Amino acid sequence: MEFFRIRRDIPFMRYGKITTAISLLTFLFAVWALTFKGLNLGIDFTGGTLIEVTTSQPANIDHIRTSLDQAGFRDVTVQNFGASNDVLIRLPVHGNAGNGKTSEAVMNVLHVQEPGITLKRVDFVGPQVGHELYDNGALALMVVAGGILVYLALRFEWRFALAAIIANVHDVVIILGFFAFFQWEFSLTVLAGVLAVLGYSVNESVVVFDRIRENLRKMRKTDIPEIIDNAITATMSRTIITHGMTETMVLAMLFFGGDALHNFALALTIGILFGIYSSVLVASPMLLMLGVRREHFIKAATSKTGVSADGAQV
Amino acid sequence: MNRFPLWKNLLIVAILLVAFIYALPNVFGEAPAVQVTPTRAAFHADARLVQEIKDELSAAHIPWDDAEVSDDSVKVRFQSTDWQLKAEDVLQNRFRDGYSVALNLISASPAWLTAIGAKPMYLGLDLRGGVHFLLQVDMQAALDKAVQRNANDLRSQLRDQQIHYSGLDISHQNIVLHFADAATRNQAASFIAHNYPDLMFNPRDNGTDFLLEGGLRADAIKRLQDSAVQQNITTLRNRVNELGVAEPVIQQQGTDRVVVELPGVQDTAKAKEILGRTASLEIRMVDESHDIAAAMQGQVPFDDDLYTERNGMPILVKKTVLLTGDYITDASPGFDQQSGQAAVHVNLDSRGARIFRDVTRENVGKRMAILLVEKGKTEVITAPVIREEIGGGRVQITGMESAQEASDTALLLRAGALAAPMDIVEERTVGPSLGADNIRKGFHSNLWGFVAVVGFMILYYRLFGMFSALALTANGLLLVSLLSVMQATLTLPGMAGIALTLGMAIDANVLINERVREELRNGNSPQAAIHAGYDRAWGTILDSNITNLIAGVALFWLGSGPVRGFAVVLCLGILTSMFSAVTLSRALVNLTYGRRHRLSSISI
Repeated sequence: MEFFRIRRDIPFMRYGKITTAISLLTFLFAVWALTFKGLNLGIDFTGGTLIEVTTSQPANIDHIRTSLDQAGFRDVTVQNFGASNDVLIRLPVHGNAGNGKTSEAVMNVLHVQEPGITLKRVDFVGPQVGHELYDNGALALMVVAGGILVYLALRFEWRFALAAIIANVHDVVIILGFFAFFQWEFSLTVLAGVLAVLGYSVNESVVVFDRIRENLRKMRKTDIPEIIDNAITATMSRTIITHGMTETMVLAMLFFGGDALHNFALALTIGILFGIYSSVLVASPMLLMLGVRREHFIKAATSKTGVSADGAQV
Repeated sequence: MNRFPLWKNLLIVAILLVAFIYALPNVFGEAPAVQVTPTRAAFHADARLVQEIKDELSAAHIPWDDAEVSDDSVKVRFQSTDWQLKAEDVLQNRFRDGYSVALNLISASPAWLTAIGAKPMYLGLDLRGGVHFLLQVDMQAALDKAVQRNANDLRSQLRDQQIHYSGLDISHQNIVLHFADAATRNQAASFIAHNYPDLMFNPRDNGTDFLLEGGLRADAIKRLQDSAVQQNITTLRNRVNELGVAEPVIQQQGTDRVVVELPGVQDTAKAKEILGRTASLEIRMVDESHDIAAAMQGQVPFDDDLYTERNGMPILVKKTVLLTGDYITDASPGFDQQSGQAAVHVNLDSRGARIFRDVTRENVGKRMAILLVEKGKTEVITAPVIREEIGGGRVQITGMESAQEASDTALLLRAGALAAPMDIVEERTVGPSLGADNIRKGFHSNLWGFVAVVGFMILYYRLFGMFSALALTANGLLLVSLLSVMQATLTLPGMAGIALTLGMAIDANVLINERVREELRNGNSPQAAIHAGYDRAWGTILDSNITNLIAGVALFWLGSGPVRGFAVVLCLGILTSMFSAVTLSRALVNLTYGRRHRLSSISI
């Protein structure tokens, strides 16, 4: 079985302006969402208390809300999730809800109201810890981006590295934009997903770049745009199938992984979809714009023995 | 050209075999068990204890599977959780004192597997249920306490040395000594310099007031902070033992934080109460020379504190602490032989016993106060009159309101005092049902994702797809066995990580298979196509995996808890996939096609 039998190279680079414009628009939209709506940060980052309980009968949400309000807990959100007797209670950091005792106090109130209630999960994060997790998350993003940049610069050339990293940071911004626009909760696990996407979608650029490098050496007479078109077309089949497979796994997580993995899988899904798009249609035009030339590549290859050793030979 | 030497094939088989054996315990899972751990040096986990436990269980008609000594504790395995809970009850009654009895899970694998060190994966709290606390040590309080202790010591030492000072103030961890003349001050300064290496003082003149100002040295502060965290960890460990938790994790994190993980603990309120209590015992003399009525008007004497006794009577207690909880070696609840009141029996170490003997000898007929200091709140438990010199270091404290209180106080005293109070800055509690639910969900996402991927690969690449599927299976096997051997914590994000790495690992095979097809299209012979496909794809696979590895390492470095679990799986998965996707699938291809010289077509 074979899905992709493409006889002639698809002239991707001819549409470079259009595709770059499209991704620029998406990118600007994501930036807009991030600026004006902001991320709906989970308690991992803001600090606060999250309590998950199960009631013996279908839960009376309003009742729970009023009794917590009467007990002096302000700005509490109470919501159903999943089944009708699963309740999620969120308390912000400020006031009397800012310490490790909150969950007990809440459970005491709820026990009076509904004796059959059981505690499933408590997450309490102090404001300072939340702040640190936030900082560490941001730092991790930068470390990963920087690490990949350096690696690609050593392995290929700085133009390749820069193009790949721009394409992939663009993916990350778009994922964050989606989370901001739909106000999906952004937790520590989602951040892990975003970082995984950063590492993962660089793969795609690497595969295409590898092909470009190989073509630069093989197809001496061909123009750079055509070389890129050929590289993208040749790896097209692999691109679609690989990402399809990874996405299959991610979808399994989305459908079977339950609440805890839902947003994680969501981040990966967006990341994979835009990862394909960006590495093909953002990174490569970017490479053209940065002015990649056969000369500085061949030169680099001959001066570094390590690179030519595993590069393609005809 | 497409043949592996025999040793390479054998090596691959050997690796897979070892991986299979070490992954096997996960199939057997874990069985409910009760763990009895001696908490005092005098008791040992030995054959005698095993026999005692067996006798106790037999007497209660509780069937057990297996009882064995391991890691300084006796673990008894049961058929079901029902028997496990019953047995815990029985054993807790029997081994009340000096032992910790806890529920646990132990590997249900056959003995030969356990003997070679094969264990199931270590499940994180989000999968097995339990509590995770991050505690922050209040360093300011620890330093305050140290300054206070030094100041108290200074007071009595200067008095003993006949160095007269007119006053001693403490503010913001600074000690200020007042003297009437410069000569005395210099005398005091040199005395302090010789005897208090932790303190540093500078002279200052303020009119006729000659001052010595100073406080703790910077290196002393650092040492104090380190030892405060260490002492708190030791204390927490003792308290967790009292709680009865199997396999607790208590670790320092950063400079002033402690992580406590208590798998299987459900009663978080109780756990928090026990962990968070900062009670310490102080023994001080009651000041009977000053007027209590004046003190109640606000004129509390310079060296005294005003407290209220349990019966509501006000009491003046001297500031100087004679003895603290640090000298306590053991404390147990009991009853006063004469009055029948609930009491706590305290044993002091030799130094504490000597101090206590001296104090009681010198103060016969006077009252001493026994205070419990908890979270900055001081409570006078009792203030008895000293009737005679008490030697031998055995002290009985009466004045408890109930037997329960006596037992709580004893526990607190026995578990020692925290060097500094701690606050919970992060808590993650997962109920057992949610943990089991998470395992099920994580497992299902892996299973269905795997089935779909493998199904597609076989359909799309036929025999080569089959090889890829086998390589992917081997990858899963290697990953699970590595996680089991390393006993790395598997979390729910970690399970997601397994799914994700399997999804990404297939990339290598897709790359290879596509490349082989392309080489065939370009008119190469099948053998050459296989060879070129694997060779050319390798560089690409390496590059793309390294970028993934960079992300994984950064996550591990900067992540915490479950995210770290994800990072571990991601990194390991990348490494195993390089082996399985490239080496193993190549071996399979070689075995199938490598020997045929005139190969006209391959199934791809």
